[in-house]
Amino acid sequence: MGVVVALATTLSFFLIRLAPGDPFSALLENPRVSPEHVARLRAEYGFDGPIHEQFASYVARVARGDLGDSFTHRRPVRALVSERLPRTMLLMGLALATSFALGIAIGVVQAWRAGSAVDKVLGAVAMFFYSLPDFWLALVVLYIFGYKLDLFPTTMIPAFHLGAVPWWERLGEAAARLTMPVATLALLTTALVARYQRSAMLDVSGRDFVRTARAKGVTEHGVLFRHVLRNALLPVVTLLGLAFPALLAGSVFIERIFSYQGIGYLTVEAVRNGDPELVSSLVLLMAVLVAIGNLLADLLYAVVDPRLRARA
Amino acid sequence: MTGPLLSVRDLRTTFPTPNGPARAVDGVSFDIAPRETVGLVGESGCGKSVTSLSILRLIQPPGRIEAGSRIAFEGTELLTLDERRMRAIRGARISMIFQEPMAALNPVFTVGDQIAEVARVHTTASRREAWSRAVEMMRLTGISDPADRARQYPHELSGGMRQRVMIAMALMMSPPLLIADEPTTALDVTIQAQILELLRELQQRVGMSILLITHDLGVVAETASRVLVMYAGEVVEEAHVHMLFEAPHHPYTEGLLAAVPRLGEARERLRVIPGTVPAATAWPTGCRFHDRCPYAWDRCVAEHPPLYQIGVGQWSRCHLAEEPERRVAHRATSATGIAGSSTARDV
Amino acid sequence: MFSWLLAALLIGGVCWGAARWRVAPAAHPGPWRTAMTRFRSQGPAMASVYLLVALVVVTALAPWLVSFAPTDTLIAASEQAPTLTHPFGTDFAGRDVLSRVLYGGQVSLPVAFLSVLLAATIGTAYGAAAGLASERVDGIMMRLIDAVLAIPRLFLLIAVLAIWGNPSVPMLILLLGLTGWFGVSRIVRAEVRALRGEEWMMAADALGASRRRTLWRHVLPNVLSPVIVAATLGVGNIVLLEAALGYLGIGVQPPTPSWGNIIQDGAQALFTVWWMFVFPGLAIVLTAMSFNIAGDALRDALDPRQVGQR
Repeated sequence: MGVVVALATTLSFFLIRLAPGDPFSALLENPRVSPEHVARLRAEYGFDGPIHEQFASYVARVARGDLGDSFTHRRPVRALVSERLPRTMLLMGLALATSFALGIAIGVVQAWRAGSAVDKVLGAVAMFFYSLPDFWLALVVLYIFGYKLDLFPTTMIPAFHLGAVPWWERLGEAAARLTMPVATLALLTTALVARYQRSAMLDVSGRDFVRTARAKGVTEHGVLFRHVLRNALLPVVTLLGLAFPALLAGSVFIERIFSYQGIGYLTVEAVRNGDPELVSSLVLLMAVLVAIGNLLADLLYAVVDPRLRARA
Repeated sequence: MTGPLLSVRDLRTTFPTPNGPARAVDGVSFDIAPRETVGLVGESGCGKSVTSLSILRLIQPPGRIEAGSRIAFEGTELLTLDERRMRAIRGARISMIFQEPMAALNPVFTVGDQIAEVARVHTTASRREAWSRAVEMMRLTGISDPADRARQYPHELSGGMRQRVMIAMALMMSPPLLIADEPTTALDVTIQAQILELLRELQQRVGMSILLITHDLGVVAETASRVLVMYAGEVVEEAHVHMLFEAPHHPYTEGLLAAVPRLGEARERLRVIPGTVPAATAWPTGCRFHDRCPYAWDRCVAEHPPLYQIGVGQWSRCHLAEEPERRVAHRATSATGIAGSSTARDV
Repeated sequence: MFSWLLAALLIGGVCWGAARWRVAPAAHPGPWRTAMTRFRSQGPAMASVYLLVALVVVTALAPWLVSFAPTDTLIAASEQAPTLTHPFGTDFAGRDVLSRVLYGGQVSLPVAFLSVLLAATIGTAYGAAAGLASERVDGIMMRLIDAVLAIPRLFLLIAVLAIWGNPSVPMLILLLGLTGWFGVSRIVRAEVRALRGEEWMMAADALGASRRRTLWRHVLPNVLSPVIVAATLGVGNIVLLEAALGYLGIGVQPPTPSWGNIIQDGAQALFTVWWMFVFPGLAIVLTAMSFNIAGDALRDALDPRQVGQR
């Protein structure tokens, strides 16, 4: 994990430095901006001096937790991030939970009735969702459910209430607002999980210990849900590690389309507005998040597979 | 009870393949009496494992047991039994242990759990009761510190211990018939001896019959009282163990016995049976062994031999039973060298 | 419309030929032949192949099939819903969407193919090198890969493209290829490692075969099948990725149409110009789905464990 962070830091640093010119060259075009001002900005944002000095100071800064200031927002990056990150985490957490629960269930059903019409239909549907571009699906969902059917709010601006509001109403509002983005994010991942789970189940079904279970007199039901499932969950847990970065990438679009102020939204804005400090910091942040996600997945794997537990 | 414990008649099990149906078991018949150990011997691909799986009806589709096969256990016809009653028999009346205990045990459950599962499936025992019975069973199969061991996972145990666990699992309900499919093949020789000893001991104690499947003649010599030799999906010889080893009739059995190298014997080359086992999708015509047999003559190519009775309790599927004067080796066999040796030249 | 008929005939001809092509049955079919037979016996797989053929033909023949050039602007006819003259409608600048979608395919499809080719080549080389190297070198090489894999590809691309500006199509192919080879290298390295342990490898070594000979004659053919599967699935992925980049405005730049940037144009006025995101979207979905189905079927067909089973 340390390697990841190190790599990401280096990467994000060099990405900006290696770009032709620097972020401030554009300002020079503007006749009303004096060169001294630009030079000052350069110094302020750490773009002057020899490259290795810059790198050193960058690393030092990041180690302290100071991610610099956002050029466009005129606020420290850290403040922005701490504001937006929890929202994205909530979105991703919900999407992750839903998609895995649903995906595992579908995969099990498919394996149970392998080869039947149910299996084929579910498989085709999963394949379809898996092949959708996430931003496109989001647009479609927004269009159909938000606009045409007007089931969910299309903006994220919290409703204005006079006086105190009972918590369940507030929860309901939050739920309504979250449904579309979570559903969209989840749909794509569910398809992937279902495919994985199904093939894992079928793989495990061919193993010897399943035959032993049958030879013991265990019912088909017991074989599937106790013996096969428990083992088939293992590869799906590794999927958790993979799903994390995928969801993060997906959030970029989803948040933008559903106007959800999380870090995905922030990233897109930063890219559009050419805010280098923010972009590089966000890249770094994403990498760290993914690394953490992988770590968690590894831990979970150890919990689930007794072969990986260190014996006391 | 009178009559055999298990009676198999005309068992045929086939598997569909892209090259046509593979007739893995093609007309096998035998009996097993109570308290008897019967050895089922043959090379890989002869159908012995499939036979044992067929008895327990563990053949997964698309493989199937053909109509016309009969398997009677304690008087009941197994092949027409409904699934629920068959399940009641599996693990409780007929148990099976397998070759690779590491693969045959579920890696994510403790061994105690897996043994106890047998009791929970077949009786109304509570978790605690089933567990303590499992521990007791483990003790009986010679596992030290059974209470601790029961909480361990299969990967934490040695090969021999895993096989003991499998035996414990199989004997939880004291079944009258145990099918042991190559129980010692994956184990060290010393452990092999221990496991065989254990099986003998338990058989005495529980009073059960064992169908011991193996390709190792040494194992059979030690444990079985009667032996069935299988080749190409059929039983080719059946005899009491002493007769088989002292006076084998079928040329295949002869070949098998001759192939075992003996300590102290001075030879330059090992004796082998020339040729290879034919594919189950295309059994040869006539006698299925004719293309590898040193004595074969034209009758063998044309006519499929039935099981001739050679003596008391000895049967052989070979025309030599009717024409014993033909037992003259006219084909270069392993006794003089390897016929048509191609092994040295192929890379 | 005549040209459409011709195109349909061409597609039909190719597909019919593909279906009819009888592979001579051999007594001992090699792994490729068996795989081909298995692949062709799967309905959905062949259907997806036909679909892809159709797509390729239609996009390649675009200039003959459409009556409007993709960059012809007719302000008067802007933002029209689908009609007979404009089966896919027009966009905000009056450009025919059908034409843009077909020409877009001329960009999106080759970009996907070529970048996957690039990625597969680099990945195979790196993975093979790592697999054949010593433990330590292999460890370092793969650790690097793991670290890089942790960064979502999209972010990498966003970061690079955001800062370095509008890419040309070759540039895009290069970038996509350069960011896509990590997964392939892992697969290849695993295969090579596994093969190394097998006895026949040691036999080849014992017989004095040089490293290079070993690589070419023995290792690569075995490694090829998972790479092909990964590549097929990868093309589907890239189509989606390229579209995503286009949507963000950092992929193929307008006015050159690509499926992604057509959707971007349409997303601005989402609720009124639905045809601008439905049609290119469908094109993307169909392509991606076809590659996914084909890749899956290929994986099943090449899997040596599937003997006589469903």
